[in-house]
Amino acid sequence: MGESIIQIRNLGKEFKTAAGSVRALQDINLDIRQGEIFGIIGLSGAGKSTLVRCINYLEIPTEGEVLFEGQSLSAMTPAQRRKTRQSMGMIFQQFNLLAQRNVIQNVCFPLELTKTPKKEARQRAMELLRTVGLEEKAKSYPAQLSGGQKQRVAIARALATNPKVILCDEATSALDPNTTKQILALLKEINRAMGVTVIVITHEMSVIEAICDRVAIIDQSRIAEVGEVSDIFSDPKSRIGRQLILGDAVNQMKFGSSMQIRIIFDGRESAEPIISNLVLACKVPVNIMYAATRDIGGKAMGQMIIQLPEDEADANRVINYLKTIKIPYEEVEKHDVISHS
Amino acid sequence: MTLSATVDMLKTGIWESFYMTALSSLFAYVIGLPLGVVLVVTDTDGIYPIPWLQKILGVVINLLRSVPFLILLFIALPLSKYVIGTRIGSPAIIIPLTIAAAPYIARVVESSFRELDAGVIEAAQSMGASTWQIIWKVLLPESRPSLLLGAALAITTILSYSAMAGFTGGGGLGAIAINYGYYRYEPFLMWVSVILLVVMVQVIQEIGTRWSKKSDKRIR
Repeated sequence: MGESIIQIRNLGKEFKTAAGSVRALQDINLDIRQGEIFGIIGLSGAGKSTLVRCINYLEIPTEGEVLFEGQSLSAMTPAQRRKTRQSMGMIFQQFNLLAQRNVIQNVCFPLELTKTPKKEARQRAMELLRTVGLEEKAKSYPAQLSGGQKQRVAIARALATNPKVILCDEATSALDPNTTKQILALLKEINRAMGVTVIVITHEMSVIEAICDRVAIIDQSRIAEVGEVSDIFSDPKSRIGRQLILGDAVNQMKFGSSMQIRIIFDGRESAEPIISNLVLACKVPVNIMYAATRDIGGKAMGQMIIQLPEDEADANRVINYLKTIKIPYEEVEKHDVISHS
Repeated sequence: MTLSATVDMLKTGIWESFYMTALSSLFAYVIGLPLGVVLVVTDTDGIYPIPWLQKILGVVINLLRSVPFLILLFIALPLSKYVIGTRIGSPAIIIPLTIAAAPYIARVVESSFRELDAGVIEAAQSMGASTWQIIWKVLLPESRPSLLLGAALAITTILSYSAMAGFTGGGGLGAIAINYGYYRYEPFLMWVSVILLVVMVQVIQEIGTRWSKKSDKRIR
């Protein structure tokens, strides 16, 4: 990973409304490195959409500043800012294609804005359509495409001006799980092949796990925690981080009265039957509440929630065993639970 | 009056109604379309907010729209004398028609623009589009189907307004209906000219609807 391409410094945003001012962002400090896929995750209303719009100044921050390649966007004239935006492509949840233009005209649109000669623009657009696998749809209109195809066109359009960064605002939230996988794979491929830095805004942990190198968790207008995805997954420090990681697990279980712990496997132990050994060694039963394996940056990361015996001595024996064999674990508490109702 | 004289008169009536409507619509769009753009673009949440200008423009447009056309017709005729050189006849009515239609068109156009998804404009901004580029390359072309429907609405309204020209010595089918039906009690001619007006409205509306549908890439 190279040096910072985007630096966010003490950024804050306050919206003035008739009912008074609403704080959307506060004290945001982030460094996004050249060539990485950086995730920003939070629940709805946490301020993540405002944050991504502050990066390209679609929303003007009320405090602090954003530096793009060391240049402060606050200090730029509107014309310079527009020029900078051409180095930052953006894709959206609702795709936002021009409905009255066909696919190739949509991809040519940003090139028209930069007054690229028509022939050159067409050539570039066809190249990009090949990259996203939609060559044969060049003459179709957005209304004739599926959601996944529309997002591919939007990606091609965002890449047209050879941007250094692509901002993805909930880019897969309107897509089904299968299409989501394909679009994420495409983004990853573009990141690896072209070296484009990708910033992903999402409310889904699975999106972060699938493609991101690093992640910032945003909660109530502030950054709760930042780090490598695998580190945060195995050892979330913030309450919101624990909630987001446990999120889908928790729906499937009811909390009993005794202690529950989350065990994290980082891919090394798959050869060893940890739970069986634990039960045999401690001679107590444990209740498996939830288990899942996720692919984080190509590494299989597992998590399991087990309920310990009611008896305190038995429970302690289990915990001591885990300590002895050096398996990371943490206690799951009621407040880690968020319901996705 | 002989049959051929009657036919000739109706032909002239159709032609006069047609060119009064066409020219007034043209001039009213030349004024109203930019005004509609300004109303949307300079609004508080628009792409180039100038709230005070937007407010003032809104008030002026509402004022003009609240004056009954027949009153506006008489008020504006001196202006026709000044601009066109006459205050009677069909050409003279083009001025009051334009004055009445332009603010109406501004509102029709404004509502077409407001139907447009804000996300598309945001996307254009994210690509570094300037205000002018957004107007020319997004706002206008993306609203085309709705603008065409609005045009059919505006032009048929102007046609029906033009029928009042008869009261001030203007021509057209409306004048024939008033002169023969109302002043001379010849209901036959009145009905014929009214039916011809109905046909003109139908034709304009039909063209507008079909053109709008045909140009709309969201369908199919």
